Amino acid sequence: MGRYLIPLIVFVVVAGFLWVGLSLDPREVPSPFINKPAPDFTLQKLYEPEARFSSTDMKGKVWLLNVWASWCVACRSEHPLLVQFSRANIVPIYGLNYKDVPSDAKRWLQTLGNPYISSLVDYEGKVGIDYGVYGVPETFIIDKQGVIRHKVIGPVTPAILDSCVVPLVRKLQQASAQTVVTREVVEGCVS
Amino acid sequence: MKLRGVMVLLLLVFASAVIAKEAAPLAADPQLEKRVNKITAELRCLVCQNQTIADSHAGLAIDLKNQVRDMVRSGQTQDQIVDYMVQRYGDFVLYRPPVKKTTYLLWTGPFLLLAIGLTVLVVTLRKRRVVVQDDAPLSAEENERLRSMLQSDAQGQEGKKNKNEGGKS
Repeated sequence: MGRYLIPLIVFVVVAGFLWVGLSLDPREVPSPFINKPAPDFTLQKLYEPEARFSSTDMKGKVWLLNVWASWCVACRSEHPLLVQFSRANIVPIYGLNYKDVPSDAKRWLQTLGNPYISSLVDYEGKVGIDYGVYGVPETFIIDKQGVIRHKVIGPVTPAILDSCVVPLVRKLQQASAQTVVTREVVEGCVS
Repeated sequence: MKLRGVMVLLLLVFASAVIAKEAAPLAADPQLEKRVNKITAELRCLVCQNQTIADSHAGLAIDLKNQVRDMVRSGQTQDQIVDYMVQRYGDFVLYRPPVKKTTYLLWTGPFLLLAIGLTVLVVTLRKRRVVVQDDAPLSAEENERLRSMLQSDAQGQEGKKNKNEGGKS
């Protein structure tokens, strides 16, 4: 009996580790920015090059910052959903046009629709580095105090929108200035 | 004829020596580039995760290399630059993970496995030695059993023989 028990235990432990390993995605690097203040930046707007957008202007509002580029294939797949979502007017979406050529970016928005209140031009990708962007698209959820509460890595899907983004945005919007709401309140954002 | 072959061979050998040349550092300042390379060799490229930023040609890796170069030029130390990267990309960006609570198992795991393996090895060898030393003479009782076993075996053989002969007839 004991003869077979030890190999069995070893097998179960190894199998357990491998099973967990199967469900891990090495491409998903946990962001160290969750629950940290979003880095401040000032950038020009895509459609009004003379106007400046400053992230500090957004204090007091819950907003989304969606990192996109016309050269990014995965952005294309999430774009229709963003356009549709923006029409619901639940939360303002700003675009961070990451390392793109402005004329390409404009053409892209013209053909596929523009879900953004405004797109901010990060031509050199410096703001991207400040936000720890390592793949496009990425979507940051930022609360009224300017704290990053969640980051969606990769394209936003209807499932992510329904189970995480919308409920979390609602909770953040309801929160008063003093209360701290973390993403843990929404189960769909953690798992 | 043979000489010509040798000449051709020599030419080929030296030709490669002429073409092969140490890759020149891109920057005008090789000292700076050396430091940049040293720092970026410690940082993981986030796009192609098994390469360092120094080795990678991914767009982001090149941007980060430029960022490191700017920071070195402005006089920041290696620790400051590494901290800057960790703040943005997390511990993941470090090729050598730091020793802390969440990485204890990672760092000690191989040694634990080695210890377990050695223990199993020692225990098994001890057991085997006991078996080998256990060659004491048989007791009277055991001798008796052995004899009866051999006897019954001899009888069995006999019986088999008879049976075979019986089948023939």
